[in-house]
Amino acid sequence: MSLAQWSITVLWIGLTLYALLAGADFGGGFWDLFAGTSRGGRPQRELIEHSIGPIWEANHVWLIFVIVLLWTAFPTVFAAVMSTLYIPLTLAALGIIVRGAAFAFRKASDELGLQRLFGAAFALSSVLTPFFLGTVAGGIASGRVPLGLAAGDLLTSWWNPTSVLGGTLAVGTAAYLATTYLCADAVREGRHELAEAFRRRALVTGIVLGAVALGGIVVLHTDAPRLFDGLTHRALPLVIASAVAGVASLLLVLRRRYLLVRVTAALAVTTVLWGWALAQYPYLLPPAATAGVTIAAGAANPAVLSATLIALGVGAALLIPSLLWLFLLFQRRDRVPSTP
Amino acid sequence: MLPLNGYLMLTGCVSHRIAPAGTSPIDLLAAREQMAISLGWHIILACLGVGMPALTLFAEWRAVRTGEQAYRLLAHRWAKAMGVLFAVGAVSGTILSFEMGLLWPGMMSRYGQVIGLPFALEGIAFFIEAIFLGIYLYAWDRLPPRQHLLSGIPIVVAGVCSAFFVVTANAWMNQPRGFDLTNGTVTAVDPWAAMFNPATPPETIHMILAAFMVTGFVIASVYAVALLRGRRDRYHRLGFLIPFTAAAIITPVQIAAGDYAARFLATNQPTKLAAIEGVYHTGSHIPLTVTGIPVGDQLRYGLEIPDGLSLLVGYSPSTVILGLDRVPAPDRPPVGVVHLSFDVMVGIGFAFLLLGIWLGLSWWQRRDLPRSRWFLRAAGVTGIAACCALEAGWVTTEVGRQPWIVWGQMRTADAVNPAPGLVVGLVAVLAVYVVMTIGTVSVLRRMARSHRLVAATPDAGAGGDR
Repeated sequence: MSLAQWSITVLWIGLTLYALLAGADFGGGFWDLFAGTSRGGRPQRELIEHSIGPIWEANHVWLIFVIVLLWTAFPTVFAAVMSTLYIPLTLAALGIIVRGAAFAFRKASDELGLQRLFGAAFALSSVLTPFFLGTVAGGIASGRVPLGLAAGDLLTSWWNPTSVLGGTLAVGTAAYLATTYLCADAVREGRHELAEAFRRRALVTGIVLGAVALGGIVVLHTDAPRLFDGLTHRALPLVIASAVAGVASLLLVLRRRYLLVRVTAALAVTTVLWGWALAQYPYLLPPAATAGVTIAAGAANPAVLSATLIALGVGAALLIPSLLWLFLLFQRRDRVPSTP
Repeated sequence: MLPLNGYLMLTGCVSHRIAPAGTSPIDLLAAREQMAISLGWHIILACLGVGMPALTLFAEWRAVRTGEQAYRLLAHRWAKAMGVLFAVGAVSGTILSFEMGLLWPGMMSRYGQVIGLPFALEGIAFFIEAIFLGIYLYAWDRLPPRQHLLSGIPIVVAGVCSAFFVVTANAWMNQPRGFDLTNGTVTAVDPWAAMFNPATPPETIHMILAAFMVTGFVIASVYAVALLRGRRDRYHRLGFLIPFTAAAIITPVQIAAGDYAARFLATNQPTKLAAIEGVYHTGSHIPLTVTGIPVGDQLRYGLEIPDGLSLLVGYSPSTVILGLDRVPAPDRPPVGVVHLSFDVMVGIGFAFLLLGIWLGLSWWQRRDLPRSRWFLRAAGVTGIAACCALEAGWVTTEVGRQPWIVWGQMRTADAVNPAPGLVVGLVAVLAVYVVMTIGTVSVLRRMARSHRLVAATPDAGAGGDR
């Protein structure tokens, strides 16, 4: 593999982890939004807060990782994406800031009125942010981002059938992932009635998500023929694997095997992301109206790629044990989480 | 914390150069203001993110060593505030990495790879910060005291490292190194040479010290106000003394570091120094002008110290200082705002020095705070003053680099996103930041108030504020 291929692989691993980990955190916000009245929804909201409280900041860092690696390893592609998709990315950026701040503010407030205000801001931005990020993915995948500064259409590059599909799938995936985590967390805390509530939601969301994905095939067929072609040919094994993992997840939820569901649900999301990558390989910006940009053509200077990859390798040696400690520390059952 | 730009609009200075086709001047201005607001906002949080863990750990360490309740309480409350501030700092920092591409794709397209390495390293450092902060904040009950204390150390180390890495990128914008330019694309990139450019030592030292000063004075000022209101128990005294002493000790070091940074400019970026000191004409026996406003091509109404600048730069009145006349008019930064913000920063720095000496003398004589209420009044505004100095420093360095975004290589006007409607983005960002500011301040105030209510009840202690 070339340095450029290594770089995009590492970047895609980062993107996958962001989708799986931060996706579930955004999904927590989704369910916070639909948890009902202040009184009735309180147990659910507390569970969501406990689940994502210690880890969301670490999960969020994957996004920074992806952005920084993109501009370092593929600077012209980064500039093209950011400048053409200026609108949804600005909205996503604002959503990120509102989500994080409101979550922290709500946790620190003890008045009901303030908690409701911050809670609403947290929940709403948790739904909008993945939607806009999904539209960005759709815009890139359907070949609507040409090379150059703001060279694409500022509106239709992200407001088009594939982008809306991408946004919807992102929100749905986040919500679905969250239910699978929350079910297990509820069981661990001995809140079986909550686990049942999230189990029902997992089933409904899973079915809806599957239906949207199936309908999406039609959308891609007409709106992004190249991507459709890639997904139905080269990436077909991954697409099938995703479907199988999705169905398996639903069956496991039915049988209340919550820890296993995490694995299959994560697998379903991972295979979709890597299927997309495989479908448009070797293009970073797939060709449509204009010529696309391949991984090799968009790559930075080899000296930059090797220095960055080495730095990330050393970083991973520090990060992986730390991350494991973080997750294990809060997955232990022994004591109730408490804050200073 | 990604520094890019200046507060031109706020100070009434207009960019020298008309933007390239595609970007209207108003959109360029909007992009600069958006960057300035998001950076100016984040930099305060970033400083607290670097400095607060150290102070909190110090308090916790004293608590573990002495078993004293006041230290424990301080550590707990600072940690709680830190949780809120860190969250807001993390997300406001993320916006900056978006804005690098949203607002300045011209720079990132060409130079993104040159400055990418320090950002990748910063990403790792920040990741470690976030992980251990999660552990530190949420695992008080899950870890034995000593282990918990140790879990905080990576936060401090990683915080300082990430400040270092990010500031190296800004240093690079002032002293671009580590690449060749052929036909508008960079070749022969050496990311390490870019990172360790000549401006890296003066800038990173100055910024990291500033982070600890800002943290120290901001926290101390909160407790100074409480002391003024008569809450003179040990908890409040320690809450004032620990951060204030730390910041006061750093102050003289920072003044020396600032002198080093300014002297660095004399040799490496003379145009910026000329704008800072209002030197229009190259020559020897250049005076040091304190305050003053630029009229025509001289600084008027300021206090002039004869030969002052020549002496400071070369220890001799005959030292030649290069003036703005060395570069063509379109390549000169605006003198008014750069000079004034520099004076604000330096003025506040020396005021801090005097306050520190005041406390030192009083402590030496009678092991207590100065008796005068004026000391506490002055200490009560050090937090706001430190933030002002911080912002003034960034305005100095960023506006002082104009009209370049990458000094001598790329103009700010050539880096901006040519998409229309950047003004709308500015308005949206402004609105969100106003709300965030109100939110942050009110949440912290409520937190402090609820702590007071707890403290007023009997049996107040570490267990009480859970």
